[in-house]
Amino acid sequence: MIELKGKERIWEKYQKEIPLDRYYYARSCIRQNFWPGSETTFIKILEEELGKTILDEEHHTTCSGIAYHCDVIPQETTMTIVARQFSLMCESGYEHFVPSCITSFGIYTEILETWNEHPEVEEKIKRMLMEATGREFRKPKFLVHPSDVIYALRFDILKKAKYRLVNAKTGEPLKCVEHVGCHYAKMFPDKGVGGAEFPRVLMGMIEAWGGEVVDYPERRTCCGFGFRQYMVQANRGYSIACTKRKFDSMEPYKPDLIVTNCPGCPFFLDRWQYVIAEMEGKVYTEDGYGIPVLTYEELAGIVLGYNPWELGLQMHQVSVEPLLKKIGFEYDPLDKFKVGNQTILTLPEAPGVLKV
Amino acid sequence: MEETKKHVLIVGAGIAGLEAATHLEELGYKVSIIEKQQVTGGHVKNWFKTFPYFDASEAIINFAERSLSKFDVYNETQLTYAERNDNGFKVNTDKNKQFQADAILLTPGFKVFDAHKKEEYGYGIFQHVITNADLEKYFRNGWPERDNKNLRFGFIHCVGSRDAKSGNLYCSKVCCATAVKQAIEVRQHFPDSEVYCFYMDLRMFGKNYEEMFQAAQEKHGINFVRARLSEVNQNFDNTLLIKVEDTLTSRPMKLTLDYIVLMSGMEPAENAAQLSQIFGVPTDESGFFAPEKYLVSENNTVSEGVFVAGTATGPKTITETINDARSAALAIHHYLSHSRIPTEHGKE
Repeated sequence: MIELKGKERIWEKYQKEIPLDRYYYARSCIRQNFWPGSETTFIKILEEELGKTILDEEHHTTCSGIAYHCDVIPQETTMTIVARQFSLMCESGYEHFVPSCITSFGIYTEILETWNEHPEVEEKIKRMLMEATGREFRKPKFLVHPSDVIYALRFDILKKAKYRLVNAKTGEPLKCVEHVGCHYAKMFPDKGVGGAEFPRVLMGMIEAWGGEVVDYPERRTCCGFGFRQYMVQANRGYSIACTKRKFDSMEPYKPDLIVTNCPGCPFFLDRWQYVIAEMEGKVYTEDGYGIPVLTYEELAGIVLGYNPWELGLQMHQVSVEPLLKKIGFEYDPLDKFKVGNQTILTLPEAPGVLKV
Repeated sequence: MEETKKHVLIVGAGIAGLEAATHLEELGYKVSIIEKQQVTGGHVKNWFKTFPYFDASEAIINFAERSLSKFDVYNETQLTYAERNDNGFKVNTDKNKQFQADAILLTPGFKVFDAHKKEEYGYGIFQHVITNADLEKYFRNGWPERDNKNLRFGFIHCVGSRDAKSGNLYCSKVCCATAVKQAIEVRQHFPDSEVYCFYMDLRMFGKNYEEMFQAAQEKHGINFVRARLSEVNQNFDNTLLIKVEDTLTSRPMKLTLDYIVLMSGMEPAENAAQLSQIFGVPTDESGFFAPEKYLVSENNTVSEGVFVAGTATGPKTITETINDARSAALAIHHYLSHSRIPTEHGKE
């Protein structure tokens, strides 16, 4: 038996102040390729649904987090790049920095903590930024991840919701697996909503929107990305073994969906289902389609009734249609591979095992 | 005559306070004890049996309380204020009971490390993750209802001790022997059970501790694994899945168990900081009272007339606590009879 009060005791310890307006948004390097609708959906929800101000401008760059975690650039370089991002934020008149990527969020958190502990390093980076670009910067008043923002606004989203995470036929809450990116709170537990061991950030969204969270034994295990597990080709066996361990562990709970807040996690949790199916003939749902994997922005978009194909859900390996049907979502399956009013995408080849 | 007796006020009626009180009373002093709990006896009153001889804790309590009727005990009372005057100390409590004392003995004891702080161990979240203190209650009061066949137990040593993440770098000293004792008790209570102890080191420093450890392995079939726990989770069938690192082979291990017993260590008592401030007794970096001089004068403090004993100065066994209390009684006796304890140089 799992005691909810025990989790609530931990959540009380890790409350995070989240600003409710005026965000400087820093895009992810890879999310627009992996999940092309997620970032635009975040901006759309904030601006159009909730009337918030968010600046999405073109001058910022990578935070260099992938290079940093792959040990190919020194930390000072990453710090100077981050300092430039902060400089852009200041120049635009914003104080709340919101990086789309979890790895970036970890990078920014780690750098701010380093500067707090070692002010001499911050001074050095100020000099380096000035020498390299002639820029100055101030640290953000708040550093929050977009999933923090959606968490803080989850009940505002609920007020506008067209669908709930509830089985439309049975009325039962959907069983949801939440997978929080490692760099969200594992390095600095007090920087994440709910801490590192029982994070509340995605769970709060799921519960607010009618779903039920599955607490399975390998919940904390890495999605399989783990940077060098995948980036180094020889290590990719570790990557898929890690992901498979998670699926084997969650399978008995029969989850209806997986929701994530990291660029890499949904990619590996989604794509490796195809690979595991091809390698071992194994599919983790009885219907043969696999477990749909969503970003939290996509999930919010579905709850708000956005066109699933404008959310970019056709880019997922595991079909989301079974999930849409479960919650009674009305959609036109023929629109899946259309852009605008014209069919310009050819139908992809169907996988051998996974149903689509 | 009673009125002419010098008065010693003791704060804390655990076995240290009771033992010191017994000796001070025998030495001719008037003794009063303030105790915040409803009953005397401290933590020992909650235990079932003691190591290494498996004596019932009641026997220890009966011994410590052998002179209870000879001094005044004020239960459910907390000291709130004290000031020095010409006659010693004027003390007040939350019950507005006032004392005039010639000397003070602080024996507030310890508190059990709050295992909730080790969030990844799931205490308070997974029902069958319990602590050593809970296990003693189970033995005293009976086990909660469940199928008791073929249970698998895992004892996790050093929870909140020797752990920088918890802020406690010190060893709590008694947990290793307690774990071995409790593991044996579990095997005796559930003969079908499998028991594992996941230890950092086994510190079997006391007389007969090593023999108890040998018996645990050879006679009771308990498995000792040098390993550190990473996390506890719950399986679909409500059993517990633990991940540990075997630190001898440097390999990760996963085990499915029915109960996890967290060996929570000792921390300074909740009121130690307050008493430290009131009486001007410094604490060490872990929050335990610092004596006037380590090694040679551990019951005296830099605050004249204020003495310390028991686990308030650091983790101790029952034997050490009782001996320390007697030592404190003697130190107070020397102080009140205006003599001094010989120094390490042999001078007075």
